[in-house]
Amino acid sequence: MEIRPEVVRGAVASVDARRRWTRGGRKQERLPGEARRIAYLYIAPAFILYAAFNLVPLVQGVNISFYNWDGITPGTWAGLSNYTDFFTDPLIRQGYVHVLQLMLFYAFLPIVLGLFLAALLSRIRIRGLTAFRLVLFLPLVITDVATAVAWTWVYDVNGPLSTFLRAVGLGSLVPAQGWLGSFNTALPAVGVFGLWGAFGFCLILFLAGVMKIPASLYEAARVDGANAIHEFFAVTLPGLRYELQVVLVLSLIDTLGTFDEIYVMTSGGPGTATSVPAYLVWRRMFQTSQVGSAAALGITLMLIIFAVTYAANKLMDRWGDDE
Amino acid sequence: MASSSVRIKIALAILVASVVAVGCTPGGSVSQATAPPAPAVTGVPDTGPITLTVWDQESGQVSKVWDQLNAEFEQKYPNVTIKRVNRDFGELKTLLALAMSGPHGPDVVEANQGWPDMGHLVKAGLLLPLDNYAQAYGWTSRVSPNVLRVSSWSPDGKEFGTGSLYGYTTMGEIVGVYYNKQILSELGLTVPTTFGEFEQDLEAAKQAGQIPIQFANNDAFPGIHEFATIQDQIAPTSYLTDLIFGTQRDQLSFDTPENTQAATTLQDWANKGYFTPGFGGAGYDDSVSNFANGEGLFMITGNWIVANLGADNTNFGFFPLPPADPGDPPVATGGAGFPLAIAAGSEQPDAAAAYIDWMTSDHASDLLLPTGEIPLHNGKTPTVQPGTVLADVVDAARTVSDANGVVPYEDWATPTFYDTLTSSIQELMVNRLTPDQFVQNVEADYKDFQTSRP
Repeated sequence: MEIRPEVVRGAVASVDARRRWTRGGRKQERLPGEARRIAYLYIAPAFILYAAFNLVPLVQGVNISFYNWDGITPGTWAGLSNYTDFFTDPLIRQGYVHVLQLMLFYAFLPIVLGLFLAALLSRIRIRGLTAFRLVLFLPLVITDVATAVAWTWVYDVNGPLSTFLRAVGLGSLVPAQGWLGSFNTALPAVGVFGLWGAFGFCLILFLAGVMKIPASLYEAARVDGANAIHEFFAVTLPGLRYELQVVLVLSLIDTLGTFDEIYVMTSGGPGTATSVPAYLVWRRMFQTSQVGSAAALGITLMLIIFAVTYAANKLMDRWGDDE
Repeated sequence: MASSSVRIKIALAILVASVVAVGCTPGGSVSQATAPPAPAVTGVPDTGPITLTVWDQESGQVSKVWDQLNAEFEQKYPNVTIKRVNRDFGELKTLLALAMSGPHGPDVVEANQGWPDMGHLVKAGLLLPLDNYAQAYGWTSRVSPNVLRVSSWSPDGKEFGTGSLYGYTTMGEIVGVYYNKQILSELGLTVPTTFGEFEQDLEAAKQAGQIPIQFANNDAFPGIHEFATIQDQIAPTSYLTDLIFGTQRDQLSFDTPENTQAATTLQDWANKGYFTPGFGGAGYDDSVSNFANGEGLFMITGNWIVANLGADNTNFGFFPLPPADPGDPPVATGGAGFPLAIAAGSEQPDAAAAYIDWMTSDHASDLLLPTGEIPLHNGKTPTVQPGTVLADVVDAARTVSDANGVVPYEDWATPTFYDTLTSSIQELMVNRLTPDQFVQNVEADYKDFQTSRP
């Protein structure tokens, strides 16, 4: 039998429309007449706190970023030089290159693996799913710092990972300075730690999403003769669009702001092999008294996160509209 | 969903606020702290209850001694209450400047020396010059001038190693070579007396399957001690001291044949496998306990691990690394420990000075000695049980000090020197930098700072 994708697409589109309707439910909250002023009173407590701890420091940060300032003595006007450093300071550039590499582990791989497993689980029902979910979700519940300390042991030159590799005769793979101490393996090692944490998050969200996809869609696809791969691209993937969007945006933000694991596992080393922008902000702010530069780095990072998030959202929205 | 016009308005508001804010120079006005007059009488003035807030960075055994000394001080002066705020080294470094520039800061602080820490505070007028107290209490004659020099600054904080006294300590540190006596005798070796003999011992240990030097560098700072200890034996001592104090500004360069030679030696040792395998990913604390448990013939680090080994331990010995040219005087990195300083904002500077005097007294040093802190008091020979690791450490510190061979810590040299040195040494030791590139890297940082100094 011939597969007719348009039928499947049509079914998906109708579900989409239904979702849009529920999403658009907010529109109904707009009561006839003007927005009421009393609403400002309701948001005032939260807004005041938000302004005091986020907006005011943000404005101060922008201000400081235009100065060379050591944190105590009066700063000297620096103009845009703290920002042009972005293009000239090799350490900053290197930090962003590292973050790009980490995105592979923090965003791309967890999503691909998560999707694959979610698709698999959508076809078979397994027992003890709750237990699996718990285990996968656990890394997210435990604080990063604690797990990062544990992982430094795993990565030690005499740690479980190296011992295992030696035991199975792959000892030559163990880097001479340990996984976190060697220039070539330190960043991927941190990345695998991030993958371990992010993967569970992705899978949980995707699983929840898969369960919302009506079984009738799969049945329809199967009636049309779709195999597993067709089913994935025609039903599962479009059905997971919103989950995918959330995961993508959150994991991109998370990667760009990577700090804890670098602080705990490598201090940016060896050399500067695992230095990332957020770590540079902290170092310059608190350790080397380059507060102006730290502020500029922080603002730049914020703008880049904005841009990336915006682009990712736009991309996902457009993909949705094409369907 | 907010309409886009509202969003634009919000963005504009933030933008306008930012533009208005730009132009407010960050940082308050700085007034140089003036030295308080010498007190008429020494000791704590009896003018009602006094609370002294003390910020320190001690841990382990030393921290317990501090608790005892604080309690004794409160007994001695019943009107004094000491509020101790104990933080670790990194935390103190992070918070000190912030705490001191605000109201209700500490009275007495234990600040690190050098450009990144004490220099920063002096420049901001946050520390009191202690000269008058030093005179009243006789601090200057209690220790040798090199101990005072590392806490001395011009009042504007622009010159290091000269001018007024801003911090005081009588306890010293030394970085040198610990050795495991049992392994040494098993290998049929004796304590090396020349640099060449030391290298032969390294090779002998390697051949015998022992770890020649116990070392771990994931924490990055130990690398500085390995490099500096070698460098001390090769580069002239006066050059190193001038370099670190920055007395000749950019006239001195890090890019010298001696420094290159020191870097070559360090890289050579690493390539020959003289350091613990996998040192790059291993932690310092683990390496100390591994050495204490008998792993490794030597370990190059400071007196602070004496407490970990046990002060009365007789299984370990200590010596300063012998100079490269036999016959040269012994040289080692170290000198004064963390000095105590008085905050410019303190309302009780006289009581604070009395506290510093107490913490640097003979009595305090007697209590601190078993923790591995070395008393630097002139003319006072500490009583230590011979044959112990502590006896060796005290002996080495004294020999080096008598020969005028104390070199300050290298990372004091510029505000960013710690980062530059640690990361460059990590790269040097796995051949990612040649010795030439290494000294050029470090020199770039040094020159950058020296030419930017006002």
